[in-house]
Amino acid sequence: MKDINLRYIEGEIRIPSACGLLGYINKKGELTSGYHIVSAMGVMRERGNGLGAGFAGYGVYPDREDYYALHLFFEDNKAKEETSSLLYKYLDVVQEEKVPTRKVRTIKDPPIIWRYFAKPKEDYIEESETTEDDFIVDLVMKINSRISGAYVFSSGKNMGVFKGVGYPEDIGEFYKLEEYQGYTWIAHSRFPTNTPGWWGGAHPFSLLDWTVVHNGEISSYGTNVRYIEMFGYKCTLMTDTEVIAYLIDLLIRRHKLPVDVVIKALAPPFYSIIDVMEEEERRKMKAIRAVYQSCLLNGPFAIIVGFKDGIIALNDRIKLRPLVAGENGDFVYVASEESAIRELSPSPDRVWMPRGGEAVISTLEEKGVLV
Amino acid sequence: MKSLYESDFLVIRDETKCIRCKVCVRQCANEVHQYDEEEDRVVADSSKCVGCHRCVALCPTKAITIIKNPLEFRANYQWTERAIKDIYKQAETGGILLTGMGNDKNYPIYWDRLLINASQVTNPSIDPLREPMELKTFIGRKPERLEFDSYGNLITEIPPQLELEVPIMFSAMSFGSISINACESLARASMEVGTFWNTGEGGLHKKLYPYKDRAIVQCASGRFGVDIDYLNAGAAIEIKIGQGAKPGIGGHLPGEKVGEEVSKTRMIPIGTDAISPAPHHDIYSIEDLRQLIYALKEAVSYKKPVGVKIAAVHNVSAIASGIARAGADFIAIDGFRGGTGAAPMRIRDNVGIPIELALASVDTRLREEGLRNQVSIVAAGSIRNSADVIKAIALGADAVYIATSALVALGCHLCQNCHTGRCNWGIATQDPYLVKRLNPDIGARRASNLLRAWEHEIKEMLGGMGINALESLRGNRLMLRGVGLNEKELEILGVKHAGEGI
Repeated sequence: MKDINLRYIEGEIRIPSACGLLGYINKKGELTSGYHIVSAMGVMRERGNGLGAGFAGYGVYPDREDYYALHLFFEDNKAKEETSSLLYKYLDVVQEEKVPTRKVRTIKDPPIIWRYFAKPKEDYIEESETTEDDFIVDLVMKINSRISGAYVFSSGKNMGVFKGVGYPEDIGEFYKLEEYQGYTWIAHSRFPTNTPGWWGGAHPFSLLDWTVVHNGEISSYGTNVRYIEMFGYKCTLMTDTEVIAYLIDLLIRRHKLPVDVVIKALAPPFYSIIDVMEEEERRKMKAIRAVYQSCLLNGPFAIIVGFKDGIIALNDRIKLRPLVAGENGDFVYVASEESAIRELSPSPDRVWMPRGGEAVISTLEEKGVLV
Repeated sequence: MKSLYESDFLVIRDETKCIRCKVCVRQCANEVHQYDEEEDRVVADSSKCVGCHRCVALCPTKAITIIKNPLEFRANYQWTERAIKDIYKQAETGGILLTGMGNDKNYPIYWDRLLINASQVTNPSIDPLREPMELKTFIGRKPERLEFDSYGNLITEIPPQLELEVPIMFSAMSFGSISINACESLARASMEVGTFWNTGEGGLHKKLYPYKDRAIVQCASGRFGVDIDYLNAGAAIEIKIGQGAKPGIGGHLPGEKVGEEVSKTRMIPIGTDAISPAPHHDIYSIEDLRQLIYALKEAVSYKKPVGVKIAAVHNVSAIASGIARAGADFIAIDGFRGGTGAAPMRIRDNVGIPIELALASVDTRLREEGLRNQVSIVAAGSIRNSADVIKAIALGADAVYIATSALVALGCHLCQNCHTGRCNWGIATQDPYLVKRLNPDIGARRASNLLRAWEHEIKEMLGGMGINALESLRGNRLMLRGVGLNEKELEILGVKHAGEGI
């Protein structure tokens, strides 16, 4: 069994999976405990098979909000030492510790799970003439692709990803999520077709403060990967979700595209719709489709993207995977199933089914309209 | 001199069926069939037969069949019939062996060693009968990124693009190498289906101006037919550096094919050989190419894409990268199986490399250099069917060019005698008597039928892969698997072997 797990380890092969998604935001930025999302995931137990689950919380590290919170999995101490020396070389680390966990009967063989609060040393930023974010991205890529047995699974500020192999309730308990407070929470439960040998394969997938949870199998994967690789991203995990996270990072952070344009690049309207648009809009849409053709995500998917200012949920163009949205007061919810929304909010003001390619975007009110 | 060259074919006539209507006599421009009045029977001189099947197709009683001459040389792997006969021919003429169409030798056909993926369970296939399926393709330079103002208006100016409804264009075939009716058939099919045809280096005949909006006009080393009206007429301009059938040499149109119309269109005297030089005499290096690209862009006020066509040769990826950097909006790569109206046989059969390998290596190189997204790639030279198109696009092509397939749709039987100008199907000829055999109404319908049929098949296969827009197949080599290929071939093609998972 051990050998098989080694051969079919995530990152060596691509493992298709089905999933359950859930996410919510309080638009006023009020914090809620991780307890709620963990228990709400319980109603979608059927959508996973205990082989991967994870959460992301935003606003969970208010005391360290100016520092990148790097969460890492280490297979052994050697990987940890190697990584640590790299991190201390390039970063000012203000705090490092084991991520607090508790023993859970069903969670077996967890890796070493460690977190560092740090920021890039100014010398290196000046020397490489880069931004702090780019510097962190490069460092994450370097660790994930070069250091065997080490994997950065969370790298944003004032946010954190908590994931592993297990059912969501167990992973939530393992990480003591009830002790964290966040204004946005995102969760994922996974039904992979193979046994992923490794915790890094669970969702959310994250880079800087972007997190993605995803249900689906991207048939455009080969096209998307080869596109993103041209911009220096290295897809080490071979998961669709990783590619989606990188695409979003590229389009929003590096190409500085407005969010609605990014949505149109990932899940563009059909030409039959574009053809009847007003001329200016048509010109714009055709340009997006032509220039960002390799960003189109094809095949079935529902994704929830979290970032420091809000959440975005999106379906593929013909809605081949479920996605439902709800609203109650300052809360906006998105989920694979309405039941999960009603678990969080028994009688929401509104529940609706977004159309294929139609995004649900909700942001913190103080942040106003997204650029 | 007594010829030792025995005929390639035998014409077999069923005397019980022959009604002496003499259709075959009138139809065969090679004068194979003769009516013997004294004996009241039609006789055949098989030595002149090229195997084009025109007589077979038109014989009202189906009395004729053509077979390969069963005459056997002593079996010999080294000295095949072809090897021996080629020597007889050269010993008798002292000339370069000429031929038409593409390389017919037994080299590997990589298309047939690649298999296409389909969805099962974890990813639903999409049914093109019930869901939209998009094949729209843009050919032209694209900026690396778009910029928008604070109101969300697009600021970036998009360079001119060709907009294709199907990812298949008709490749360059000049008026001269093919007949005006063949040109018109393809031009009209392009209009109908929403794709483009290519003038080749033959200029644009007045009769074809109505189809100019769907024409890619070629500027080749001979500059035949090139003036400002010609450049402005087309939807795009293609600089022809080379072609797959004869890399390293220029075009050749024998004087016999240069009648009044060809002469006017090419702007050369009647009856002169139209021999374009091997290189462009103003391009001796990559920076010269850049000058020509920008001279042409200037000439058309940057309103049309300017592309460059090259033959697939050993160093094709580095050359393509240079062409992209020189400012080309698209690069057409023509593989060694690409056809031609006339080429020296030794060059056709021995120079160049397969398009599959060339395409894969160009696409990979342009990606490594971060250029791929900015320039379009058109793959040409041996696309036989819709599966080949799918495979080309998965390897990295934006679109493909077809020419041999298009001519076959018009009735070509691949007899490889285009260079003689005696095409019985009215395609590769300028003889008015032969040309009128190809009715452009019917030709246009046959050519557009072919594109429509392929379009349907591509949609079916795309849907099967769980893809509903062609761009998601582009460069998606995970959708391909190799069979019977060695490690090196798989590495160059960038595909895994069948049996390996994702």
